[in-house]
This record gives sequence, structure tokens and C-alpha cells, in this order.
Amino acid sequence: MPVSKIYKEISNRILVLDGAMGTMLQRYNFSEEDFRGERFKDYPTSLKGNNDLLSLTQPHAIAAIHRLYFEAGADIVETNTFSGTTIAMADYNMEDLVYELNFESAKIAKQVADEFTKANPQKPRFVAGSIGPTNKTASMSPDVNKPEYRAITFEELRVAYKQQVEALIDGGVDVLLVETIFDTLNAKAALFAIEEVKEERQIDIPVMVSGTITDASGRTLSGQTVEAFLTSISHIPLLSVGFNCALGAEQLKPYLQRLSRETEFYTSAHPNAGLPNAFGEYDQSAKQMQVLIEDYLKDGLINIIGGCCGTNPEHIKAIAEVVCKYKPRKVSVSV
Amino acid sequence: MNATKHQTQNTKYLELSGLERLVVTPESNFINVGERTNVTGSRKFLRLIKEEKYDEALSVARDQVEGGAQILDVNMDEGMLDGKTAMIKFLNLIASEPDISRIPIMIDSSKWEIIEAGLQVAQGKCVVNSISLKEGEDEFIRQAKLVKRYGAAVIVMAFDEKGQADTYERRIEICKRSYDILVNHVHFPPQDIIFDPNIFPVATGMDEHRLNALDFFNATKWIRENLPYANVSGGVSNVSFSFRGNSIVREAINSAFLYHAIQHGMNLGIVNPTLLEVYDEIPKDLLQHVEDVLFDKHEDATERLLDFAETLKDQKKEDTVKILEWRSEPLQDRITHSLVKGIDTFIIEDVEEARLASDKPIEVIEGHLMIGMNVVGDLFGSGKMFLPQVVKSARVMKKAVAYLQPFIEAEKDGKQEFAGKILMATVKGDVHDIGKNIVSVVLACNNYEIIDLGVMVPPEKIIEAAVSEDVDVIGLSGLITPSLDEMVYLSKAMKKENLSIPLIIGGATTSKAHTSVKIAPNYDHTVVHINDASRAVTVVGNLLQKDNHIYKEQVRQEYDTFREQFLNRGKRKEYLSIEAARKNKYQIDWNTTEIVKPNQLGIQVINDFNIANLEAFIDWSPFFRSWDLHGKYPDILNDEVVGEQAKELFKDAQALLNRIIDEQLLTAKAVFGLFPANTINDDDIEVSIKGCHAELDSASHEEDVISPRPDTFKFLTLRQQLKKREGIPNHALADFIAPKDSGIQDYIGAFCVTTGFGTQELAQQFEADNDDYNSIMIKALADRLAEAFAEYLHKDVRTKHWGYAKNEALTNYDLIKESYKGIRPAPGYPACPDHLEKTTLWQLLDVENQIGVKLTESLAMWPAASVSGYYFGHPEAKYFGLGKITKDQLKDYAQRRGISEAEAEKWLNPNLSET
Repeated sequence: MPVSKIYKEISNRILVLDGAMGTMLQRYNFSEEDFRGERFKDYPTSLKGNNDLLSLTQPHAIAAIHRLYFEAGADIVETNTFSGTTIAMADYNMEDLVYELNFESAKIAKQVADEFTKANPQKPRFVAGSIGPTNKTASMSPDVNKPEYRAITFEELRVAYKQQVEALIDGGVDVLLVETIFDTLNAKAALFAIEEVKEERQIDIPVMVSGTITDASGRTLSGQTVEAFLTSISHIPLLSVGFNCALGAEQLKPYLQRLSRETEFYTSAHPNAGLPNAFGEYDQSAKQMQVLIEDYLKDGLINIIGGCCGTNPEHIKAIAEVVCKYKPRKVSVSV
Repeated sequence: MNATKHQTQNTKYLELSGLERLVVTPESNFINVGERTNVTGSRKFLRLIKEEKYDEALSVARDQVEGGAQILDVNMDEGMLDGKTAMIKFLNLIASEPDISRIPIMIDSSKWEIIEAGLQVAQGKCVVNSISLKEGEDEFIRQAKLVKRYGAAVIVMAFDEKGQADTYERRIEICKRSYDILVNHVHFPPQDIIFDPNIFPVATGMDEHRLNALDFFNATKWIRENLPYANVSGGVSNVSFSFRGNSIVREAINSAFLYHAIQHGMNLGIVNPTLLEVYDEIPKDLLQHVEDVLFDKHEDATERLLDFAETLKDQKKEDTVKILEWRSEPLQDRITHSLVKGIDTFIIEDVEEARLASDKPIEVIEGHLMIGMNVVGDLFGSGKMFLPQVVKSARVMKKAVAYLQPFIEAEKDGKQEFAGKILMATVKGDVHDIGKNIVSVVLACNNYEIIDLGVMVPPEKIIEAAVSEDVDVIGLSGLITPSLDEMVYLSKAMKKENLSIPLIIGGATTSKAHTSVKIAPNYDHTVVHINDASRAVTVVGNLLQKDNHIYKEQVRQEYDTFREQFLNRGKRKEYLSIEAARKNKYQIDWNTTEIVKPNQLGIQVINDFNIANLEAFIDWSPFFRSWDLHGKYPDILNDEVVGEQAKELFKDAQALLNRIIDEQLLTAKAVFGLFPANTINDDDIEVSIKGCHAELDSASHEEDVISPRPDTFKFLTLRQQLKKREGIPNHALADFIAPKDSGIQDYIGAFCVTTGFGTQELAQQFEADNDDYNSIMIKALADRLAEAFAEYLHKDVRTKHWGYAKNEALTNYDLIKESYKGIRPAPGYPACPDHLEKTTLWQLLDVENQIGVKLTESLAMWPAASVSGYYFGHPEAKYFGLGKITKDQLKDYAQRRGISEAEAEKWLNPNLSET
């Protein structure tokens, strides 16, 4: 099995991941009609808000956003597939489109990445297949009166994730990114599916795992501490483990420190642009975020760094500017 | 591939996880696996599962965790059970109990399908118990691969195709073979392998069992020395199986076996702690006999032990009172324990002991008690204790201090050294003090001296006390909107007096926005807004530190920036003129509306209402919120972070509520009325009392003679002016009543309920008893009961007195969600923030004479646990927020109300837009 080029890059420098897709899509102010495009003109369900669908109906917008992030200095962009499972797509009655959505999203991103790599082979660009948490939790009950009830099973998640993983790989992603993990059991189902695909196809593909610490309790939504989370997902070989979303760079730092101290995998972070203000908006500027991220770098906490909610190419540019001044976090990985 | 730092070159340690991580290192001694949640080992647990008594089954698990189990073994292998379903259900239930799911699970079954079902519902890294070579290598490899893919560790039984290993040689042969397959073929992490080399009973009288213990010890030692990073475990109680019924001997065997097994390298084990004697406490003669058996020292070791056991059989083992074990700890530990746990049973006795041991009684406060309270403070600060616990700690502290006070006074030279002096007050016109009291208690816990001026404190009094007491910080609290103005006024007065004392603002209607925009600019010194009690400690601590100018400067800058952002934001909003807003009113088609005439028009009074009726109507979520426990009831009881505390608090609340009901501690009263009404001039509602029993008997109302009651009253409503999207109306409550010119007769209701009479007396009693906890509790409960009464009465009005919803059948949950028809908005709340409306309500219903509820100068209701408002019956009536209004409506309103613009501005200030 060929070892991915990304291993070579990550051992030499800190890699920059892109910023938010949603924030950028908001700028387009797409209407219901735009979301539908010609193809889904008569679709019975309302489709506005189904951002993943834009890979089919507004592929140029998606490619343009990837391009902006690469121009800003990102090494890795995430595919527009955060909700690309039959489970999440059920909201729009679009379960049947899951393979196509993931495949096309991967292709769009890969094409843009290849353009940039070709223009500057010294800085190869990568595509990470974004695998979101779905909108259901396998280890918590949505019904307080029935704590034993589960809205989704491990098996259902495994099947759904497997389909997404296969389509992403077919579409050409370089890395799989299981992210925004608020329930570790969901993530374990995704990792289980990835391992199955790897075994069946006799391939290796780097896997990034990124959990979400929901608040100052320092735990995931499903209640695990940083260390328990790490222990629960470390049974398969990972390229990196890290955190994203929910918190800004400042609030995330203590958890990143704990993670960095405890793991021999590479570490990643893509925090939000601060905490939302009283009006639910993110107003941390690129400059402000840069200062906070530089703090990570000074402490040698990070191998992959990017942005989540509220971040845009300016943030990524500011991060990329400062990243090149620092050495990556040291790890002694024995693969 | 190495996962975590615990797995570097020379150190590969077994790591497991529940909500928290467990690392098995050489330093962690022996990992104790709880085994009571096993249907094959516990008849009680089997019965509970069979009878589907899962709640009790969960408490078995909880007892194990509380008893010190570090891993929880769960086994559902019983012929009469659907083991797979039971495993899934029980593990799912455990997952919703954070105090149990904290620790890793051991999924114990001889059936692979049950193991796999368990693995699919546990988010943490579990232990599979167990797999073996019993069914051959292929099945062993298949299962091991899956265990690895699910991310679990595994117990491997010393069992192969030929059977269970029962000698030293067979044990090491099978373990070696299993290890090699797992490590070399499956690439299973060696530290995740746990061998169970079979613990068999000793002293059975059969020769072939004589080496059972010794072979186990030696095999364990061999594994630990020859199979790198692998662990060893076993089911300990089995070893003493032949002594069932003789608990002294049985426990001695278990303990001695465990002691030696650990010495030989066993690092995990399934042990029933109640079947375990402390090794050092086993009588020497008995220990000698037991160890002779374990190590097969004599031909007749078993016979000797049996003979010796006969002599012990009659002795009954004393049941030591385990719960009070902490009572034997050193004095300081006991005092700290009482404070942290909020136990007041022993505090006087311990404080007395401390007093006798100290030179001066004051030293007990400054030493023993403060050491304990610092622990409480640290735990609270780091989120490990919650507000209700801290208030309980404070109760214990107060009792201790009260006991010491006479001794201190007798000495006359001791004075407690405080960290600072804080003045606390609820501002003029406001009677709400739950939040203020909580903050006071929390600060007192952190060794601040509190000067509490109580409620309705005029600004002069606050300033006077602040100066004469030389306080370090002033804390202001208020709940109703007019209190916001009082705070503004006070900040100006403080500047005038040239004070420099930092000002802290808190209370339900206060906000950082209001504080930064309206208060901070008036005062040249520090003004901070605090929204929960836990932040109060940090803020006060920062303010009182030596070099506090940096912090003060930071706060000022933060508020300046916030103010700028806020003001810039306000300007972006567009408002309609009041005329345009009225044109865009909410339209109801009155011609097709069916208006129900109330069954009984006029005023009715309920004087002696049984509070027991209200229990089912209580919305508990705000109750928890008043204690800084955030979450929805009942989910909050199982919340991962605050669940335990919420349960405890709820239990205490229920206890006090039962007392309130049983002993009739509070009095509930209500007055309400239903009247003909119509909207006039767009925004006013004209209420007529002519001919509807609202004239009131003059006996109770002497002023009538001088000023007869008018025939009509007028409610003034305010209209939204924010520019809306097309098709969205600008609401005013008047829109829900038919306009007079439609010619249709409509109706409106008005009410005031209270459950507050008696609250103050009770609170004072509790305070006199140094019980702040219950003093706050009674007020919080009275508030909830008042809301419940309002809900109850509204329902009665809808279904009976007005009767427009005769067939309504809603649960309490629906009521809280407000899924019924019609609304009961209250003056001072978002739809009608104008508190002056209460004066109209009071006149219309003659509230004060009828039920005794008074209005303060800021128009807060007294007693505080009261609710008043209107009833609108139209099915399209709904709650909305007024938002900001502009000058033109203010002017118009002042005219309608017959007051000056300045006066109107004072009352509506929080709702005036900046433009």
C-alpha cells in the first residue's frame, strides 16, 4: 500500500486546514430556487439550507470557496459533505442521493486541489473527506422519559457511514476526517466502517478524528473527558486527533494541551472564530484569532490547524501567515 | 501503532474508558471489578432484571461504583432471559447515569452475540469478558478482530479445544498460544490483553484441587514475566467456594488469596468487597491455616483448616457501621467533611473539640472552619460542587460560627478577619431577593463579611451604609424593570458623593447591555454585571486583590467596547412611526370570530385555597434556574453535570413543599374578574364594569363614598414599532379584542394571585436558625407556587368561569408549554412591559382590599410571590415581545396615560429605542 504523501508533509511542517464552508455560503445568499437548481426544480421537499446539495446544484460556488481557501494558504480543504449520510439527508428525503453528493463533492475539491498542486508542486494540496456526526446520537436518548431508547443504532450508523466513506474515496479524497464528534459512539461506528472499507479494498487512507468539547465542563456532549475520548478512539491508526467547533481558540486551548500531552498521534484543531456574541454572531477578527493561534504554535501544541464556525479565508490567511514561522509539534509515531 | 503516551516504548499500559479514563499502571495497585450486576452471580440482580425493575438494578450498579468498583462487570447470561435485549437495555440505562457510566464496562457473556450487542451501545473503551480458543483458532481470530475494531480490551480465558486449563503447564501453554495469535496475527495491542488463568476452589477435600491456588499464582507470575504488557485477572470469590456459609473463613481465604495473587502479578480482579476481610486484620492463627492451604504446605492442610473453621462458626461477625467511617478521621478532616458534604449532625461536637484544643475560640473559625470552607470554595470554583451544595455548606458553617460566637464574645479580644466587606441590597421599590441572598451566601462562604440591607432599600440608605461600614464592594439586585432605573439613579448618586466603591449589578432583568450602556457611564469607577452566583466570587476576588487597577481597567475597557458595539447595533434597526405601525396591526376577522360570553361576569375572590391543588401545576425548570442549575425539568435530574445536585435539590424542595402543604404554612389567595371590553382608538382597551357585580360592597371599601368607582376602566397597550418583514404585523395586545366600532361585544379578564403570605415569616424563622438554604428555598418555592396558581386559575377560567374552552384536556406539560387557547400576559413582561398597568388592575379588581397584595412605589407586588395580569380569550391571541418603541409612541402614550413625557420615559425607559 502506498504511503500517502501527507505523511511526508506533516512531518516537516504544520499543515493548514480550511475554514468554515457555511459562513462562506451565506455570502451567496442562495434562495430556495438556487438550492434546487434545474434538476430539483419540482422536488417535493423544501431544500433551502441543504448545503451539501449545493455540490450538485451550485458546484461553481463550492469550487470557488475551495479556491479561496487554497489561495489563503490552506494545505487541506474539507469536502462539502458534513451532512452526507442517509441519516442526515433523511431531513430532505434525499437518502438516495448520498453516494452522488459525496462523490461529486470529493471530485470538485480534488480538482481544485490538483490545480493548485500543479501550479506549485512544492506545496502539495490535499482534500479531506468531511464526515459529520449526523443529527442523531447513539449513546443518548432523545426522550427523557425513556432513557433506554435510542433514535439510531450503531449498525445503522455503520451502514450509513460506510456508504459515505466509499463515495468519498471513489471521488478521490486524500484523507478522511471524522469531525465534530459530540457522541463518541457515533464516531466509533464511523471508524468501524472505515476499517471495513480499508480491509475490503485492501487500501490504506489516513484518518483524522476531531471531537467537540461542548462547553466549559471540558467534556463532549456525551459526557466524556478529553482523556476518555482519546482512549475511546485510539484503537485504530489515526493520522491525527484533535478538536473543533463549539469553542473559540482561547477556550479550546486547555483541552488541546491535555490532548497534546496524552497522544502520540499528530494533533489538529479547527476552533470557531471565538464564542458567539449576545446576538449569535462570531465576531473574532482574523487578527485576533491569529494571536490566539500563535499561542498554540509557541507552545508546540499543533500539527494541523484551521477554522470552524465563523471563520473565512481572511482567518485562514492570517493563520497560514503565522504558521510558517513555527515548527510542528513533535511526535514519535511508530506506524 | 501507539495511541497515547501511556503506550511508549517501555510502558504500554491498559487504558479503558467510561466517561472518564482508567489507566492500569503498576502504581494503580489492583483494579477492582464490580460484580454484583451479574445475573449468574447475584440472585437479587437476576430477580430485578427478570421483573424488569431496572431502576433498582441501576442502584445495584450505583452501589458498586460508590463502593469503589473501577470497572463494572455486566452479565445477562440466564436461560430465562433474552440476554441480548437485557444487555442493551441495561447498558443504555447506565449510559444515562453519569455517576455510573463514569467507569468502564466489562461486557460479560459466553455468547458472542450478547457481547457484540453490548459493544455496539457503549461509547467508552470496554473490556470483553471473554474469548478463548475453546471453539478453535478461526472463531478466536474472528472475535478478536471484531473486539479490536470495536475498540475494546479483552479477557482471554485459559481454555482451548481440549478444555479448561487446570494445571500450571496447561495454563501457560494456552495463554502463550493465545497471546501469539493475538499479537502476531490479529495485531491486537498486547496491553489490551487480560488473561484469566482460572481461579478454582481450594480446600475441597479432593487431592487434585490441592494445587489450585499455587498453580494460579505461578501461572500469573509466568504470564507477567513472559508475555509482555499482558494483564492478569480472575474471579476471586470462587476460590473460597467450599466455605459457603462460613463467612469468617470465606473472607479470610478471599483476602489471603487476593493478597498473594496481587503479589504474583494479578492486576485486575472480580471481587465482592463485602466478602473480603482486610488482610492485616485476619486473626494470625486463621491466616496461618488459610495460607497453608493456599500454598499446599502440608498434606493435611485442608483438614486442619476445616477443624479450625468449626471453632469459628458460631462467632458472628460484627457489622461495623461503615457509613460513619469518616467519623474516626482526624478532627480537621471531619470538619472539612461536614462542610463539604453539608452535614450538620456532628459539627457542634467537632467545633467544641477544636475549641478546646485551641488557644482562642476565634482560631477555630480562622483555622479549622476556613480550611474547610476553602476546600468548598475550590470545589465550587472548579465546577465540582454546585450551588445548592454550597448553600448547604454555608448552613453548616453558620451553625458552627453561631456556636462559637458566645465564646468569642466572652474573650472580647477576638475578631474574625474577613477577606472583605460587601454590601448587598435589593433596590428601592423591588422586593425580590432570592438571587441576592444566594450571592450573599456564596460570598460569605468565601470569607467575605456581608452587610445585607434587605429589600426595597432607598439609595440614600445604601450610600450611608456603604460609607459608615466602609465596604469594599456594593452589590445591587433587582428583578423588575423599574429597578434598572433605580440602579442608574444610584450610580449617579454615588458619583455625586465622590464614592469610588466598585458596583456590582445583578438580577433577572439586568444585563451586560444595560449595565454598560446605562449605568457604567454615570460612574467613574468600576461597574460590573454578574449573571450567576459562581462568577460573583471571581469578580469580587479580582476587585479586592492588591493590584486591582489592571482588572478595573480591563472591566472598564470591556464595557466601553461592549457599549460601542451595542449602540452601533441599535442604529441599524429601522422603526415605523406609530401611525404606520397601527396600520400594520394584527388583523382578526371579527365577523367570522365566535366570541364566547363569560359564564359569570364580574369579580370573584378566592380566599382560602388549598395549596395541595397546585403541586401538579408547578413548572420546575425556573426553580432550578434560580439555583444556577440550568436545564429543563425533568431532564435536569439526569443531567450529566448537574443531575446529581438537581436530584438532591429537588428532594429537599419536595420535603419543604410537603411541609408547606401539610402544615398549611403559606396562604394562597386570588382575585379575578371577567368584563365586557372593546378596543378603542387602536391601542386602548375599554373595560366596562356596569352591571357585572364589580361595584363591590362599600363595607370593604370606604373610599367609595368619596370617589365612586367609574363605570369604565382603560387598559393602555403598547405597539411594536420595529420594521417587520412584509406580511408580519406590528402587534399590540389591543389587537386581540374586538374594536368598539365593529359593533361586536368582546370580553377581557384580569387577575391577581398570591401564595406569598407566610413566606417572610418562614424565611425569618429559617434565618434565625442559620438556615439560609431553606430560607432561599421557601422563597423559590413560593414563587413557583404563585406561577402554578396563575396557571391553575387560568385553566379554571378557560374551562369554567369564562368557559370558552370547556372541553380542554391538557397535561401539565402542555400547560407549561402554553399550548392552550388564549393568553394571560402580565404587566412588566415582554408583551406589556408597562408596570403602570398594574395600578389600573389594582383599581379594577380592588386587589389590595380583596386579598391584601400591595404595590410598591416601583410597582412590584408584595408579597413577592404574586402574579397579576390579563386574560385574552381569542384563539389567535399569542405572546410576543414589544421590543423597542420610538419617541412618537412615547408621546402618544404619555397623553393617553395623562402623565408628563418625562414621567412616561422613566417607566418605559428599557423599551425606548436609541433613535
